Amino acid sequence: MMMQRLRRSEEFIRFGCESLINLRPNKNSVPRSVSGFVTHYDTKGKLFESNVGNHYNTHRCLGRNLGMLQQYKCFGSSSASQIERKPLFSSLDSKDVSSFKEILGDKNVVEDEERLETANTDWMKKYKGSSKLMLLPKNTEEVSQILQYCDSRRLAVVPQGGNTGLVGGSVPVFDEVIINVGLMNKVLAFDEVSGVLVCEAGCILENLATFLDTKGFIMPLDLGAKGSCHIGGNVSTNAGGLRLIRYGSLHGTVLAVTANGNVLDMLGTLRKDNTGYDLKHLFIGSEGSLGIVTKVSILTQPKLSSVNLAFIACKDYLSCQKILVEAKKNLGEILSAFEFLDNNSMDLVLNHLDGVRNPVSSTENFYILIETTGSDETNDREKLEAFLLKSLEKGLVSDGVIAQDINQASSFWRIREGITEALQKAGAVYKYDLSLPVEEIYNIVNDLRRRLGELANVMGYGHLGDGNLHLNISAADYNDKLIGLIEPYVYEWTSKHRGSISAEHGLGVMKANEIFYSKSPETVAIMASIKKLLDPKGILNPYKVLPHSLFSH
Amino acid sequence: MKILVAVKRVVDYAVKIRVKPDKTGVDTQNVKMSMNPFCEIALEEALRIKEAGFAKEVVAVSIGPSQCVDTLRTGLAMGADRGIHVETNTSFLPLTIAKILKSLAEVENPGLIFLGKQAIDDDCNQTGQMVAALLGWPQATFASKVVLDKDKHIATVDREVDGGLETLCVDLPAVITTDLRLNQPRYASLPNIMKAKSKPIKKMTVQDLKVDVKSDIEILEVTEPPKRKSGVMVSSVDELIEKLRNEAHVV
Repeated sequence: MMMQRLRRSEEFIRFGCESLINLRPNKNSVPRSVSGFVTHYDTKGKLFESNVGNHYNTHRCLGRNLGMLQQYKCFGSSSASQIERKPLFSSLDSKDVSSFKEILGDKNVVEDEERLETANTDWMKKYKGSSKLMLLPKNTEEVSQILQYCDSRRLAVVPQGGNTGLVGGSVPVFDEVIINVGLMNKVLAFDEVSGVLVCEAGCILENLATFLDTKGFIMPLDLGAKGSCHIGGNVSTNAGGLRLIRYGSLHGTVLAVTANGNVLDMLGTLRKDNTGYDLKHLFIGSEGSLGIVTKVSILTQPKLSSVNLAFIACKDYLSCQKILVEAKKNLGEILSAFEFLDNNSMDLVLNHLDGVRNPVSSTENFYILIETTGSDETNDREKLEAFLLKSLEKGLVSDGVIAQDINQASSFWRIREGITEALQKAGAVYKYDLSLPVEEIYNIVNDLRRRLGELANVMGYGHLGDGNLHLNISAADYNDKLIGLIEPYVYEWTSKHRGSISAEHGLGVMKANEIFYSKSPETVAIMASIKKLLDPKGILNPYKVLPHSLFSH
Repeated sequence: MKILVAVKRVVDYAVKIRVKPDKTGVDTQNVKMSMNPFCEIALEEALRIKEAGFAKEVVAVSIGPSQCVDTLRTGLAMGADRGIHVETNTSFLPLTIAKILKSLAEVENPGLIFLGKQAIDDDCNQTGQMVAALLGWPQATFASKVVLDKDKHIATVDREVDGGLETLCVDLPAVITTDLRLNQPRYASLPNIMKAKSKPIKKMTVQDLKVDVKSDIEILEVTEPPKRKSGVMVSSVDELIEKLRNEAHVV
C-alpha cells in the first residue's frame, strides 16, 4: 500500500522533474540493507532513445493494438527489439473473470484500474504492461486452481510478488493475468533449534527479519528492497545482496519450495536429502517461468552481536585484490561483507548528497568497506585491527578508519549505498550488473573510460568479495551515440572474459535475448526443453528469461 | 594544562534495548556496547583544545568492568594520551562516579574536566554538575561552543538552554559538559589505532582513591513502558462517541 501511495505522488512530480525519483522505501533503515538496494537499482542497462527527451522516465513500453497483432516497443532497448504478443495466447473474457471469482471470491479478483496501473508498472517505471486483471490467491490450493484454469484456457500469467525487480520480470508485457501472492503472508513454522523457517511466498523480507530478530536469528539474505520484496520473489530470482559472501546464495540456504506449475510439493525442512534430482534448484532463479513459488523453507542464522566495520583507502586495484585475499585468510570466518568503490563514485557521493564526509582524510583511488560479524566483541576487534595494521605496514592500505559505534558504521555504509542516489541526481545513468573474474573487474571500467572519453563519467563499485561489479555510466543526458558505444561492447567484453551479464538481477524481459553472451547455445537449448516440459503451453511469465527466438512456433 | 575526560561505556545508541525478565535492569548480554555519544563529543573537544595548543595532555578515564578498556582504547585511538581505568563490577550511580572523579582530579590536577552532558543509558544528566560541586569548581553544562583564553585562564562557553543560547564565562579550572552540537567527533584512524597500542592505561580501584561507594539509592524495579495499543476502526459516529465516553473517558 505504501509503495502504491508513493507511486501516486510520483505521478504528479514526474512530469516536472528530469531526474528519476528515488523510490527507496526506507531511507533511514539499517545501512546494510540499503546497500543491497544499490544492487537492485543497478540493472537499468539499456537506455532510452533520445526521442523520449525530457520525459524519458515517463515513457512506457507501448502496446499498440494493430488489430489482432499487438506490438511491444521498449524504449529501453538499444536494439529497439520489438516483441510481438503471441497470437496463441487467449484473451481474457467475462467468463474467465467469473470463473476466477468463483475460485477466489469477488474481493480477490481485481479489475480496478488504479490498482492495475500500479501492478502493471515495474518499480523503476521503465516497463509497463496492459493487464486487465490481477488475482490474489490466499493459499497454495487457490494458486493451483487458477493455474489449472489458465492452462486449460491458454491464458498467459505473470507471477508477482513485491514488484521490486529491476529487469522487468515482475510486470506483464502485454495483457498477461497478474497473479500476486501478497495475501499469502503467513509464517508457518519456525524451529528455534535448527533455525529453519517455513513461510508463505508473500511474506515481506523485512517482516521476516523482524520476526526472526525477536528470536535471535537473522535471514541469510539482506537487500535494499527488503521493505517491499517478498521471499517468494527473492527465491524465484535467486536474490543476492550483501550477505552472500558470508551465507552463500539462496541455492544453499533454501531447503525447499512448493511450486505450482502443476502442483509440486517439495516442501521439507531437512538439511540433507539426497533422494533423486533436487528439483527445487530449478525454481530458484528461474524468475517465475517454471512455476510459482508458494511456500519457502529456509535455513536462518543466529544473530551475532559483534559487528565491526572498517573503511580503508588503497592506491590501486591490485592492492584491493591483495587485501581481499588477505582478508579472507586473516578474517576468515568473521568476514561478512567486502565492498569496494572507486574515486569517481566517492566524488559523486560527496558532491550530490548532504551530510556525508569522506571517512579517510586523504583522497585515494579506491575505497574498501570490510565488515566482520562474530560472537566475541574483543576478539573480533583485535583480529580486524591486527589485519588492518599489518596491511598498513605492507603498504597495501594507505589509510583507513574503524567505526567505533553503529552510527559511525551507518555513515560509512551511507557512502557505499548513496552511490545510486547520487547517480540519479547527477543526470542520466546507464547501469550494468556484471560478474567477472576478480582480476578483470576494474579493467572493464578503465577500458570503457578510454572508449567514452569526455562523453561520460564511468564509475565502478560493487561486491568485490563476490566478483560482482556494478558498472555505471553517468552523463548529462541520454543519447544514442553513448549507448551505441556502450552496448554491445559491455556485453561482448563480459562474454570474452567468461563473465555473467547479470550477476544478481536476472534476465527478466530486459536481457531475455542476451543470454547467449553468458551461456552456450547447447545449454540454452536444454533450458528451453525444461521450460517446455514444465510449462508446455508457455503461459508462465512469457517473453522473459529465455530468448524469444526459441519459442516462436 | 591537562584535560581530564570521563567516558562511559554504554549500550550502543542504535540498539533496540529489552528489559530483563526479572525486571532488574536492561538486558546487556550480547548487545553492542560503545562509548556514550556525548562522551565522544567531550573527548573530541578536549583533543581540539590540545591541538590548538592550549593543553599538553588529554587523559581519558572510565569507571566500570574490565571491558571498559575497549572504550578507553577507542579514546586513545581518537588521540587521547593516556587512559585510567577504575575497575569495578558494581554499576555506580552518578554521585559515586562524581566522588571518584573528584578523587582523581585531586591526584591528576587537570585544568579542565570534560564530560558528556548525560549518558544515554540512564539519562541522569547529574555527574558533571556533581563533580563541579564536590570540587568547588565552576561549571558550564550543555556546551555548544567552547573558547579558551589562555592568558586570562577563563573559558567562554555557549550553553544550549531551553530558551535559546546562554553565554557563560568560567574561571579555570572548570567542569564542562558537552551537548550534541559542539562538534562532530573524528573517526579512529588506523595510524592512530597503531599509536594507541603503546599508550598506557593505568588500572586503579576505588580503594586506591579512598572513595566511599555506598549508595543511598536502590533500584527496585525496571519495567518497559506500556505498549501502545493499536487503533480501532469504528463504524459510525455513535460508536465513536460511545467509545470516547465509556472507554477513553474523555467525553
